[in-house]
Amino acid sequence: MKKIAENRLPELYQALSAERKLYLPLEEGGVVGYGLYSPEKKTALTAPSTVKSPKELFFPQVEGVVNFQMQGKNIDILPIEMPKEDFVVMGVRACDVRSFDVLDRVFLSDPVDGYYAARREHGTIVSLACDQPQNSCFCEAFGIDAAAPAGDVRCFIREGVLYWQALTDKGQALTDSLFGLLEEAGPAGQEQQEAFTAETKEKLQALPYHGLDLSAFTPDRLGELFHDPKWKKLSQACLGCGSCTFVCPTCQCYDVRDFDTGHGIQRYRCWDSCMYSDFTMMAHGTPRPTQLEKFRQRFMHKLVYFPSNNEGMYSCVGCGRCVRKCPIHMHIVKVIKALGGKKDE
Amino acid sequence: MSEALIPMLGVVTAIRQDTPDVKTFRVEALGGGKCFEHMPGQCAMLSIPGVGEAMFSITSSPTVKEYMEFSIKKCGCLTDWLHRMDVGQQILIRGPYGNGFPVEGELKGQNLLFIAGGIGLAPLRSVINYCRHYRQNYGNIQILYGSRSKDDLVDYQEILDEWMQDEGIKVYLTIDRAQEGWDGHVGFVPSYVEELGFDPQGKVLVCGPPIMIKFTLQSLEKLGFTKQQVFTTMELRMKCGVGKCGRCNIGDKYVCKDGPVFRFDELSELPDEY
Amino acid sequence: MQGTAQLILERARELMQSGQIQRVLGWEKGEFEHDPTPAFFESEEELQNFCYNDYCGANLSKYLIAASKLEGKTLVCIKPCDSYSLNQLITEHRVNREKVFVLAVPCPGMLDPVKTEGKDLSQGERKDYLLDKCLCCKGAEHKIADETIEGPSLDLAPEDRFAQVRELEALSPQERFDFWRGELSRCIRCNACRNVCPACSCVKCVFDNPNSGVSSKASADDFEENMFHIIRAFHVAGRCTDCGECSRVCPQRIPLHLLNRKFIADIDELYGEYQAGEEAEQRSPLVNYQTTDKEPSDALKGRG
Repeated sequence: MKKIAENRLPELYQALSAERKLYLPLEEGGVVGYGLYSPEKKTALTAPSTVKSPKELFFPQVEGVVNFQMQGKNIDILPIEMPKEDFVVMGVRACDVRSFDVLDRVFLSDPVDGYYAARREHGTIVSLACDQPQNSCFCEAFGIDAAAPAGDVRCFIREGVLYWQALTDKGQALTDSLFGLLEEAGPAGQEQQEAFTAETKEKLQALPYHGLDLSAFTPDRLGELFHDPKWKKLSQACLGCGSCTFVCPTCQCYDVRDFDTGHGIQRYRCWDSCMYSDFTMMAHGTPRPTQLEKFRQRFMHKLVYFPSNNEGMYSCVGCGRCVRKCPIHMHIVKVIKALGGKKDE
Repeated sequence: MSEALIPMLGVVTAIRQDTPDVKTFRVEALGGGKCFEHMPGQCAMLSIPGVGEAMFSITSSPTVKEYMEFSIKKCGCLTDWLHRMDVGQQILIRGPYGNGFPVEGELKGQNLLFIAGGIGLAPLRSVINYCRHYRQNYGNIQILYGSRSKDDLVDYQEILDEWMQDEGIKVYLTIDRAQEGWDGHVGFVPSYVEELGFDPQGKVLVCGPPIMIKFTLQSLEKLGFTKQQVFTTMELRMKCGVGKCGRCNIGDKYVCKDGPVFRFDELSELPDEY
Repeated sequence: MQGTAQLILERARELMQSGQIQRVLGWEKGEFEHDPTPAFFESEEELQNFCYNDYCGANLSKYLIAASKLEGKTLVCIKPCDSYSLNQLITEHRVNREKVFVLAVPCPGMLDPVKTEGKDLSQGERKDYLLDKCLCCKGAEHKIADETIEGPSLDLAPEDRFAQVRELEALSPQERFDFWRGELSRCIRCNACRNVCPACSCVKCVFDNPNSGVSSKASADDFEENMFHIIRAFHVAGRCTDCGECSRVCPQRIPLHLLNRKFIADIDELYGEYQAGEEAEQRSPLVNYQTTDKEPSDALKGRG
């Protein structure tokens, strides 16, 4: 394990960003989001959360897929170069690190999504253990250890010192590239880690969503959960906006569209939301005509359909973003509690 | 070009007006031949840059080696454009997608009853012609096809000139309302199914408008068919075709990947969201 | 607030029992104090989950578009600021007045869960925890009501709602452009602002029409990123009551209400003071041509 004093973090950022792009939580306009580091930016490494998750660094909200030129009846296909820039994303919390496992299941399964795979290959994840879980957090319900995030490098901050531990070869290579900037943490590092873990555990146990029970959400109850009459009440005030979807670290549905650039046609893909009215719209109508079906789809997908296809892995990581951002406060925890109880409750 | 979303280039080499709103397009690779191989019931994404991209079933049989065909009804932005294009137009194509009908599995050696309504014949035509090609591998073949009017029967000439001429293939045609120049059966598909009283043996392949499918299934069950004997092919909105864009699911099944062909007993296990 | 909630509930129950209303549109208890959800209550049993507390900031008036199509009357809890939106929706024939029983509820100013998270509310002033929209409160008076529940109102001198607009006007065009680029570049196209806006009541929004050439979910370029919000502000100009919901729901805290206030300030300047939703059936200056109206060229004078 290595370490560096917290007040020397700007030096670390400089070193990390010298050879490659560095993304980390930045504060802008009163909100925190992952952004490209440069010395004049206001960093917010220890901010409790970011509005959007770091998924956009691997699966951007909008990305070009291929370009076309039309000439008479002929079409030219002009491929777009695959992403090939190395980058580091720093400060990723345990929940968000887990979200990459969820996204990997989708994008790295056959047929592999080349754009995503390229960014995964070129990206190094430096995670940061969480020491200030929020009231809206419930990562524990998914077996995530907030104090011990995965990633290529794992960090935690305690008593003014950032501790740094490489977990993978990629992480080790990054560590090696930092020359003399990091010091050896020695046995004290281990002690600090234990203390950190104990403190975080205590905080997690005090959270209001501690002990959230997911046991009702199993693939064999698909039909029962789908037909639960409670969906009507749960969905009735849903605005049909995409806040929950777009702040979610695991939502991965996308649309593919064409854009006339004036010089040709760019085919791009962009995040889509199952909450939107055109999501399943076809010439003859949609199988999900009202907000009830759209709302139900989102939660059934995360809690039942996805686990059914992925050995029980939920596509929720308990980051709490939708809990904090839903304009009407109707979110996955309320759904879990409403449907997770006994039928007669 | 390994990326799933990046299409390849094809060219439209023939266009046939089947009905007032259905045309059949022949697509070949630029140097001739097919863009890729497929199995009956599989689909392909067709697109025109700047207009749109959509999934269509491949209506030609895999046994045709020179080209692929798509029977397409004019009903939206992209299909309007396709209906206006001329022979020689290049077109983007990717695929094949989906599971297809189990012509080399469960359907092999079986008596087959095909039931189609309107443009619903498009995916079944691929299977019918495949089975005609490998005739010895299948039992009796019966085809019941209905549409709104005589003019709306897709592939009418092929039905008359080829299917009806084959020995051991029975074709029943019906139209919704009587019309001049039609001396065949008049009535909806589901009631014609009951009228004909098919022997509940073998396998049934159904495709057509949802309402027709629903009542046809009821008619088949009345005749003693079980859900395990009946197959259909689904249509839902698709963007990627490879189970990633997240919209064509019915419950935990993706129509683009796990379908579009489902057996009715499998389908009835799923939420009725289609 | 406990007392007010009780008064509302009692009256709602009576009206439901007497058959004068079929349902109540209010707020349902959340798991905590800070997370109530707008909800329809169809029975007295369901009303057990009714709540009216310091976090009922959501404007319920837009839900009445859907409720207007239901059988029978809907009782709706309307705060003073919401009453402007309701009037505007009635004016635009989006809400059927006959189908609505307006229960005017008092509002002591609503709290912002983001500002109160982890804070001890006994420390500091209520003002510090109020929703931004409440800082420019339009007052305790309801502009529409069938019945009024009495209760405490916000005891605070409202801030000048045009102060920030003037600050922006004072900037150079480039500075102003940079300000809005900075703000709007955070937009994630979640459409929460549009979907919550009572003035955005089109059955199908142009941004949801795939044939319109613009996408509701992705900004193809900076231009579109800017234009989505500016087009929306134009579309609601003269109809926006300044309810502040757009900024309240924005996950990126973009001050969208400033665009609307700019239009309101301009309308006030050009046509005289006008408050959309002040009363039902009034005509907005923008759809009410007068021969004495300023010429468009006058309107452009002295503008960057």
